[in-house]
Order: sequence, then C-alpha cells, then structure tokens
Amino acid sequence: MQLTSWTRQAIASCLALSVVITVTQVGAQSRSRKKLSDYGIPQVKTVNTQVRKTWIAYQMLPSQAATDGEWCRRLFLDVIGRVPSVIELDEFTKDRSVDQKAKLVAKLLYDDKYTEEYARNWTTIWTNVLIGRSGGTERRSLTSREGMQKYLRDCLARNKPYDEMVSELVSATGTNTPGSERFNGAVNFLTMKVNEEKGTQATADIAKIFMGLQVQCTQCHNHPFNEWKQQKFWEFNSFLRQTRALRRFVPGTREIAGSDLVDQDFPGEGTSPQEAEVYYELRNGLLKAAYPVFVDEDVEGYATIGRSGFVSDVNRREQLAKLVLASKYTDMMIANRYWAHFFGYGFTKPIDDMGPHNPPSHPELLTYLGEQIRDHSYNLKELVRWITLSEAYSLSSRSTKANEKDDPLLGETPKFTHFYLRQMRAEELYESLLVATKAAETRGSYEDQERTKTQWLSQFVMAFGNDEGGEQTTFNGTIPQALMMFNGELIRNATDIKPGSFLGEIARSNMKQSQQIDYLFKAALARKPSSDERSIAMKLFIARATDQVGKDRKKRVDAGAANAGALQDIWWAVLNSNEFIMNH
Amino acid sequence: MKSSTVPRGMTRRHFMSHMAGATAMTVPALTLGHSLRSHAQELKRNGKSAIMLWMSGGPPSIDIWDLKPGTITGGEFRPIATSGDEQISEHMPMMAKQMHNATIIRSMSTREADHGRGSYYMRTGYVPNPNVEHPSYGAVIAHQTIDQRPQLEIPPFVTVGGGSTGPGFLGMAWAPFAVNSNGQIRNLQMGMDDRRLMQRMAALDLVEKGFIKEKRGQAAEDHQKILRKTLALMTSEQMKSFRVNEEPAEVLERYGDNNFGKGCLMARRLVETGVPFIEVNLGGWDLHNDIFNTLSTQRLPVLDRAMSALFEDLEQRGLLEDTAIMWMGEFGRTPRINGNTGRDHWARAWSVVVGGAGMNGGIAVGKTNSEGTQVETEPYTSQDIMASVCKSLGISLETTFTSRSGRPMKIANSGKVIKELFV
Repeated sequence: MQLTSWTRQAIASCLALSVVITVTQVGAQSRSRKKLSDYGIPQVKTVNTQVRKTWIAYQMLPSQAATDGEWCRRLFLDVIGRVPSVIELDEFTKDRSVDQKAKLVAKLLYDDKYTEEYARNWTTIWTNVLIGRSGGTERRSLTSREGMQKYLRDCLARNKPYDEMVSELVSATGTNTPGSERFNGAVNFLTMKVNEEKGTQATADIAKIFMGLQVQCTQCHNHPFNEWKQQKFWEFNSFLRQTRALRRFVPGTREIAGSDLVDQDFPGEGTSPQEAEVYYELRNGLLKAAYPVFVDEDVEGYATIGRSGFVSDVNRREQLAKLVLASKYTDMMIANRYWAHFFGYGFTKPIDDMGPHNPPSHPELLTYLGEQIRDHSYNLKELVRWITLSEAYSLSSRSTKANEKDDPLLGETPKFTHFYLRQMRAEELYESLLVATKAAETRGSYEDQERTKTQWLSQFVMAFGNDEGGEQTTFNGTIPQALMMFNGELIRNATDIKPGSFLGEIARSNMKQSQQIDYLFKAALARKPSSDERSIAMKLFIARATDQVGKDRKKRVDAGAANAGALQDIWWAVLNSNEFIMNH
Repeated sequence: MKSSTVPRGMTRRHFMSHMAGATAMTVPALTLGHSLRSHAQELKRNGKSAIMLWMSGGPPSIDIWDLKPGTITGGEFRPIATSGDEQISEHMPMMAKQMHNATIIRSMSTREADHGRGSYYMRTGYVPNPNVEHPSYGAVIAHQTIDQRPQLEIPPFVTVGGGSTGPGFLGMAWAPFAVNSNGQIRNLQMGMDDRRLMQRMAALDLVEKGFIKEKRGQAAEDHQKILRKTLALMTSEQMKSFRVNEEPAEVLERYGDNNFGKGCLMARRLVETGVPFIEVNLGGWDLHNDIFNTLSTQRLPVLDRAMSALFEDLEQRGLLEDTAIMWMGEFGRTPRINGNTGRDHWARAWSVVVGGAGMNGGIAVGKTNSEGTQVETEPYTSQDIMASVCKSLGISLETTFTSRSGRPMKIANSGKVIKELFV
C-alpha cells in the first residue's frame, strides 16, 4: 500500500514536471499533454502496471512523454518500416482528440492504405529472422528468397494467426520457387537446413526462433553454461530426420531450378526402421541413441511419439509442429520478439535465449503477454497494438537524472523508463528515403522492387560461411555506412533536383525559403528546425546564390539553381544527422 | 528566390567565418588532410603493429601444425622438416622455410566449441556475457596505441574480408573498418568542392550537436565520432594503402592471387602506413566433410603461400621486428575423423601460431598426447596469446579498462605471458 501511494505521487509529480516543460517549450514541439491513458484496453493497462512496478523497485522515474512528432515517427518506423511523410505527420499532430494515438495505430494496422507497407515491413523482418540477410543469395542455393517473401507477405497481409504460420513453417512440404508446381513458399525456411550435417541447423533454428531455446551449443558437448543437454538436442533433431530437400534441375542441365521439401521414410541409423534412432557421441567417446522426445517436458505427450521411421506411422515434423505450439516457450518467444522490436531490448538478452539460466527482466509481463497472445488467437496486430499504446512506448528518449542509470549499454537489464535510442535498420533507411523522396511512386513490380532493394542491401551483408549460417551487417554505424550516407547512390538520388524529384518539386513550389526549410526538417526529423538551424540553413541559400554570382558576373543570378542547390545541402545535412538515422 | 532576400553586407567571407565558428569539428579535419597531402612522402612508420590471421570456421591444427602420423587420428598428411625446430604439414612447404620466424603454441586448451561463442572468446578473451560487450583485441590494441600515431588518418583497426568482433564498451569509434581484399572502398568520392562540403558539414554539425545535447544516449555521440573519422579518411592520402592492386605483379603473385593473399599484402601496406591492428580473414575451415582433399587442394595452398609471403616480406623490409603476427581460429577440430571423412569442433587441445615483434621463432611450445586429444603440458588460452602479443608490442599488462558500468577489466583478461616466447 505504502509503495502504491508513493508511485501515485511519483507519477503525479512527473506529470506535473512534464506540464511545466511543455509550457516552457511553447510552439511546434507540442508534447502530449493528455493524461496517461490505457485507451480502455486491459492489456495496455496491465503492461503499464507491470512496467511501473519495476520503476518503483529500482526507484526510478520515467522520462516525460515524447513529442507527438517523435512518437509518430517512431510508430511509422516500427510498424510500417519508414518515417512518416509531412502530410501524414501533420494529420496526426493536428488531431487533438484524446484517442489520437489509438487512431493512428489502428490506421497503420488495419487501414487498407497501409496493408502493403505493413506486410512489406514485417516480411523483411521475418525473412531476416528465418533465413538471414543472405539466405537465398548463395550460389546454388536451395532457398528462394522470393518464395520465402511471397509466403510471408501473403500471411502478413491477411494477418494470418501466428500459430498457423509456425505450424506451416515447421511442417511445410512442397516446392520452393514461385510459379513452380506444388509451390509452398513456407518450405524455404528449412530447405537449406535439413540436408547438411544431419539437419542440425534446422534443429537449432526451430528451437531458437520459435521457442527461444538455444540447443545448438549442446550438439557437440554438454556446455556448462546451458542446462539443455546433448540428449535433448539429438532427441529434438530426430523429429527432422524424415525430411529432405530434393534438388530440382532445369531440364537438361545441372543448373538448380529450385528444391522440393519432402518427408521420406527414415530407416534410422541402427537396424530397424520400426525403431528409427539417431546416434550421437558423448564427450567420452561413447555412442548413445536418441528418439523423438520434445524438449519442453511441460508439454503433454512430449515423450510419447512413436519411434517408427515410416512416415505413414508417424509424420515426425507434423508431431513437432503440434508440440511446438503447445509449449509456453512459443508464446513467450513471440511476445519477447515483438517487444524487442519496438523497444530495442527484449525481456532477455539475447531475446532468443530463454530458460532458467537466463531469467527475464520482467517475468510476469513476459508470461502475461504470452498468455494474452495465445488467448487472442495469435493475432499479431493486437500484440502490436498493446505494445505501441503502452506508456513505456510513449516516453521520450531523453534520459533524466531520475532514470539515467537505466541504460542497457551499462549492462543493466532494461527498465523502460525512457525510449532507448537505436539506429534504423538498413531496410528502414531505404524505405524512408524512397517515401520521403517520392521515389516510391515510380516503382516497378513488387518483385522488381524487392530485388533492387536486396541488391542495395547486399553491400552491407557479410556471411561467415560456417555451419551455423552466421552473418554480420556493416550497416552498424561504422565508417562504410557513413560513407554511403555521405556519397552513396541512394543519397545522390534522394538529393536529386531534376524536375519531378522531391527537391525539384519543393524548389519549384510557391513555398517561401523558411517554409522549405521547415518542410525538409519535418520530412526527415518530424520536427521544425530550431532558430539556429533555420539561420544556418538560410546561410546556405545565400552561399548558393553567391556561387551563382561568382559564375558569371554579367548575368542575372539563376535563382532557381541557387535555391535548389541550397535545398540539396540542407537535405543532405539532415539526412546525415544522428537524429535522422536514430529511431528516437 | 529573389536576390533581395540576401541580407546586405553578407559577403562570402562573412559567411565563411560564421561557418567556421559553427564547425569546430570539420575545419581541423579538413586542414589536417590537406596539410598532410603535401608531405605524404615524409610519413614514417611509428610504433608497432599486430596482424591477426583469422581462420574462420575452426582450422584443423592437427593437420597443419601438430601432426600425429601413424595414429588412428593422424589423418592422411605427413610432417616435414622446417627452418625451425618444429615439423609441420607437408602441404605447407613455403611456410616451412619461414618457421624460424614463427612459434607454434601446441597446448592451446579452450572451452568454447560453438562458432559464435568461440569467435567471441578467441577475439576478446572473455566468454559471452549478456550484460557486457567486451572489446575485441583489435579494438584494445588500436585504443592503446593510437596516441603514438597522431599522423594516422585512416582507422586504426582494419579487418579484411571478414567482420571481426566489435569494440564493445570502448564505443563505435573503435569498431573495425571492414574492407574487401580488392582494396576498393565504396562511396569515397563526393564530387563536390571542399568549401561546399564544409558548409554542409557545418549545418550537419549543428543538428548533430543539438541532438547530443538532449542526452538521448551514447549512440548519438558515437555517430559524431564516426562522422569525423569518415571525413578525415575521405580526404586522406593514406587511403592508397588499401590499393593493393598497385603492387608489382610479382609481389601479387608471391602472396597469391586470391582474397587471402591480397588481404595479407594489404596488411603489409597498412603496417607500413602505421595501422596498429589488421585482421585478415580466411574462411572455409568448417570441414565436417571431405577434409583431406579440401585441405590439400584448396585451403592449405592458399594459406601456405600468403602466410609465408607475409613473414618473408615483413622480414625483408625490416618490419617483422615491429610486427606481431597471430594465426588462429575459433577452435581446432576433433582428432577423431568422423564418418564423412571430416573433423568436428574441438577446443580442448589445438594449436595457435605467433611470431614477429621480438617473439622467439623456430620453436613449438607445449605438447599434446599421442592422439592429439589432450594437452600434456601447461595449457594456454586466448588470454595468454593476447598477453604475450601485448608484451611484444610494449603495451603494459597492468592496463585496466573500466566498462561503462564501472566494472574494472584488466587488459587480456589477466592472461599470462607465454615465457618461452621471450627467453
């Protein structure tokens, strides 16, 4: 009771503080002055209560609310993968209704206008989770990146329940390339992972991606760090041993046309296909047998799967899909993954390493969100709604004295007292520049667009070529990224001034220079410029005009060229700033 | 735009002075680049460097540096004599002539046999910990030696043909600069005069600083540091160190016309320019299948040619005494040969090679048992290799870092110097 009343005071004083600050920052930086709302959504209410519990426990106070512009930008980036246009931003900030935020969330999730972008964004995210950034780009690959994306796009555009997606991804059969007979894009998750190394990569990925269990360390030895034992790994692996990816060749050649994921009878590594076992080696060199036994022993029937290798007796992958969906780890994993998407940090670090050895920062909340998503038919859009309308998601990224210790970079668990600064993903930058610069309007077919994007992205991907499919991105805030932002083709296109281009249109509009400056700042940073920023931008107009005078003293100044040149400079500067590249 | 909107009395000089005032960060960087351009030839190397030859995937040291001929685990290769005391694989004939410069640590014994964890451990000296990101050895050595190289305009930690491991709590400014072995750096050309670039930078700097002032986190400041480094690099003559294709044909030939060969050659050029840490990546060691054929026809010929060329070239140029070389991967491979004629992951007993920077060559330190499954002498770890390399570079082993949470961490994670390297 004591604590509760202390919280109320703390929150009240915090709100008061935020009002004071709002008043001192009159003008464009309109901060949400409304009282904290849960929008009548019970899940939002519970999220807020649970997150506040941690603040109290650590004696921290939340930062003030983010400005409307910051929040709007954040939401667009996280939900549809790009920054808002100036029109979209204005529409939101001018809305003065109490449920302004709830309306925008609903619009991005459910309005037909945004379906394609929503599906594109989450297809990108899930493709990277399922097959990595380089999946399907290897030579003679059995993965079709397009096939994977087609499957995901269909799921996400229709908001297919997550449990159906998991089931399909785990148990899919069919061919992997769009347009081929018996096409089933879902197979691409596993086609490159089942043939090599007895399917150990498929084993590790299914456990890790859907259940947050890291079993791969135990493949060769019992790792002291992890309680999931070697036995568990090979038992899990047994579920995948009926599965093969068959190569399909272009008729008359050795060129791979695609692959076909099938379930075949598994004779086992011993003598009887009725008891189809796999063998593995213990650290002391002894061999042991393993049969299909599910890793989560809390699931009913985890150990009662038949041992026969005949598909007609037991389809092991179908059994596995059912067991995965029966596990609470699956529910918690999707909650953890989505939370981490919106906050930059999940409840465990890394998000896909859960279990008793790595306790979550907010155990009750994680369990609760897992239960709720299950109770709501695995509707991923609802999960997004609960998270994005929460108090924690509404907070500013500016830290205060009362919460500066809440910095996960210091090795602390996240308390979510303020929004954590994080860099946009390469894909978000790409989409943002296309939309911000209207290049999106002249796009080709969906497949062409994705191919162009994948090609651009490939400059940042570095694959390791080991049996774990490891890879790294150099779009990580280092020099190659800075060089691309300074001089790359994408930025050159974005700062183009030819007629019809983004800057070209602004230059030829009837906006005054100060309005043009405002427009560029809003388009990139979702705010108006400060007075210093406005004045340095004005100087760029003068500098470019002076250049024109310098060119030919006798002629009149080419005002249009000077103006466009200055707009290029301003646009280049804001696009290269930390404020632009950071989701804040 | 009407010209009347230009305030009267605002001349270009006036404008520039405004700009200069607003852009303390950009002016020195630009000036530095240009002043150096005039006397680039006078640049001399200063201080010591380290080169890490990183064998991504886990190299089978039992088939390269510590052979067990005639045993059940011995495999197909035979040992040959070298210019040092130790014997190595018959598929390393060129390196055999350089072994007087290199020492094999045959009693490496580590615990991480997973690629991700092993890479992290071997490159940082720490096992992965969810609560702290440790800096890699490259970042640490760059950080410790940068003060001795005020003339260095390109990044102090370069990784060729791989991603290496990040700077951890030292911050993004110490991140490895990842390049391809062809030496072509993308997006270097701005195509605009310096004056306009500087004006753009002034506007950028204002937005940048405003955002930093708002206390939103470390990433905002790191971004600004990277901008500075990028600008310095764009205007630097030292970028020619990366242009490995400008080397004479016979030199390229000596190192090998492949990514690893060019990477090693680039490492030598970067050492000459004064870059303190270079990692060169050779992948394809994760040989669970068909290991002997792959080694003898693909991996070892590439390794042998480039690694021997690097030792030979550095020695001929008088640079070997100031340059430490390390050869390692994330772990070794099982002495047992599996059913696919491959070897699996094995960390308990394997070898690493070091040399240069005054460390003893021509010997083997430590011993494994007859089948190579266990070490029989004092076991060594990643930390011990790092401690020894630090000693060779003159970096004090008393150096202590403080992570951002205030946790003190001793350099090389308190590893011990391998004394045979310095007797």
